[in-house]
Amino acid sequence: MEPIIFKIILVAIMFLISLGIAAYSTYAERKVAAFLQDRIGPDRAGPYGLLQPIADGVKMFLKEEIIPNVSDKWLFILGPSMFMVTALMTSAIIPWGRPMEFGGVTYNLQVADINIGILYIMGVLSLGVYGIMIGGWASNNKYALLGAIRASSQMISYELAMGMSIISILLLTDGSLSLNAIVEGQKGWNWNILYQPVGFIIFLVCAFAEANRTPFDLPESESELIGGYHTEYSSMKLGLFLFAEYINMFISSAIISTLYFGGYNFPGLDYLATVLPTNVVSLISVGALFTKIFFFIFVFMWVRWTIPRFRYDQLMRLGWQVLLPLAILNMLVTGGILTFFNS
Amino acid sequence: MQLTNRSKVVVQREMNWIEKLYLPAVFSGMAITIKHLFRKKATVKYPEVQREFAPVYRGMHVLKRDELGRENCTACGLCAVACPAEAITIDAAERKKGEENLYREEKYAAKYEINMLRCIYCGLCEEACPKDAIYLTDRIVPSEYTRGSFVFGKDVLVEKVDERIDVSKRKKEYSIVNNPGK
Amino acid sequence: MDSSLIFYLLSALSVVSALFVVFSRSPIYSVLSLIVCFFSIAGHYVMLNAQFLAIIHIIVYAGAIMVLMLFTVMLLNLNKTTEPHKTNMTKIAAVISGGLLMLTLLASIRAEKLAAYQSPAPSELGYVQHVGLKLFQDFLLPFEISSILFVSAMIAAVVLAKKEKH
Repeated sequence: MEPIIFKIILVAIMFLISLGIAAYSTYAERKVAAFLQDRIGPDRAGPYGLLQPIADGVKMFLKEEIIPNVSDKWLFILGPSMFMVTALMTSAIIPWGRPMEFGGVTYNLQVADINIGILYIMGVLSLGVYGIMIGGWASNNKYALLGAIRASSQMISYELAMGMSIISILLLTDGSLSLNAIVEGQKGWNWNILYQPVGFIIFLVCAFAEANRTPFDLPESESELIGGYHTEYSSMKLGLFLFAEYINMFISSAIISTLYFGGYNFPGLDYLATVLPTNVVSLISVGALFTKIFFFIFVFMWVRWTIPRFRYDQLMRLGWQVLLPLAILNMLVTGGILTFFNS
Repeated sequence: MQLTNRSKVVVQREMNWIEKLYLPAVFSGMAITIKHLFRKKATVKYPEVQREFAPVYRGMHVLKRDELGRENCTACGLCAVACPAEAITIDAAERKKGEENLYREEKYAAKYEINMLRCIYCGLCEEACPKDAIYLTDRIVPSEYTRGSFVFGKDVLVEKVDERIDVSKRKKEYSIVNNPGK
Repeated sequence: MDSSLIFYLLSALSVVSALFVVFSRSPIYSVLSLIVCFFSIAGHYVMLNAQFLAIIHIIVYAGAIMVLMLFTVMLLNLNKTTEPHKTNMTKIAAVISGGLLMLTLLASIRAEKLAAYQSPAPSELGYVQHVGLKLFQDFLLPFEISSILFVSAMIAAVVLAKKEKH
């Protein structure tokens, strides 16, 4: 059993990595957008513009803080804080790599291996909407309220299909809800994407909707709602909203990689474990997971700069009439095949 | 009448099941954008790299001097009359004795101001000028912070004796005055 | 840390937040403190080693039902200034139903012998597998019947929503 101080250090590291990746996601987003549009993007702050996130952060901190007179001040502050907290909470149960070993003690690179891992993700996701709703309502602004209402109904609708597509994965891993067990079941090439391509697509689409990313960014559509739920926010409170969204994107990518692309597994990891020292293999596995995560962050951005926004009725129709039945069908077919082959 | 064979007739039909998933359309769109990732970028890094100007580009004005360094302008006011935006203001003065090395003609512009916010860069002043005094060059008008500082006087407009501004291209090929036949 | 300390903290939190739900003048604050209350109850479930129940409690109540409540409060724009006028009939009905609830609570408290808090023995009863086995072996019939109830409720909602306007 590793000492509690290790968990605290791991939490601190995850916190810093999440924030760092979120900061550089803003930079990557601008670069990817530029490259997809035949431009070169920010390149003035530092070499290749690498200091741009720091400049943006300083700008955010130094901007004037405006709290509307007619707003509910406590809830106005609570909104972005809650959104940020829920965004950061999910990273606690993701297994980041193979266990490390120092002085005969094994250290799991996972903050908490709870036996309800996936349900925990769903729970935190469903809480994430409160930050947006409270923030949007407390602003006392019609656009913010519209954005908040859109966000909540969208998140509730897509959570269902997401949960259904996760159930098919649970069927594959003998019903264990622990993320560690799910990753362990995908050794080598045995990735879940090979068994669950339909489930993966459903999950991906729902992840886009849950993270409020284009093409499902209706809660904050600039062109119709002037920013939606964060219309009235300024300075670092706005920064928290935007930042939390990038953290959500990072965590979604991590969950997609963990559930469907083998987490930290890659073909040949078991062979490496026999030749190299444990800690080196552990670091390599962490690197493999982060490679997958970065790829999916790129996919998030790639999609954003390709697909225009959905109309609201199209969004609801896609969620309820296409994705949900498809997810249920996928679950039934998976269950049927498994019972047929196991009996 | 059909100009090209690329026109398509719009059909308002119900999407079929595959199309309702939006996936084929999404993937083809993503294929298009990923191609652009590897294309040559159109950006020109401005202060380091400058694009070549077209020969007909009309930028900031210059008041020319002749070979001896004397100002060409005789303050006839034709440019101010020609200006459709009424951006030019001229005060004329008579040349004193001993100023022959400064001004070519007997009358000169004591004040010559162009309001750059009013100017529409049409180039009519250049065409109106009988003395080859004013030209629009390929220089970019600098940005300023106040409205008042956009009124450029002689200190900015007249070219320095030791820093001549080349307008030979505009003079030779593109000026109607010098090529009446064109 | 002593688990009884956590228990008393959670209990105090749930009681205080529940009282706040009733006494708060602003509906939004009521809803939010109800969410806090649900969280402390989920904490009790975790203390009983029933993580599955705890997380389901959070997902269903805090994550879905309270969002809908918040939704309604926001859309109806219930401010403290626009408190609806209550007729005498409503007041009498409220007093009677509240009194009945009080009676039930008192009766159940009287029937139960209240003991001091003891930390529960560690059991695996609350794990997903055990809950699943219990549901699908011992309580299969009630489980399926309740699912029929849900389906009928869903169908009724759809019928109501699809009803043509006259």
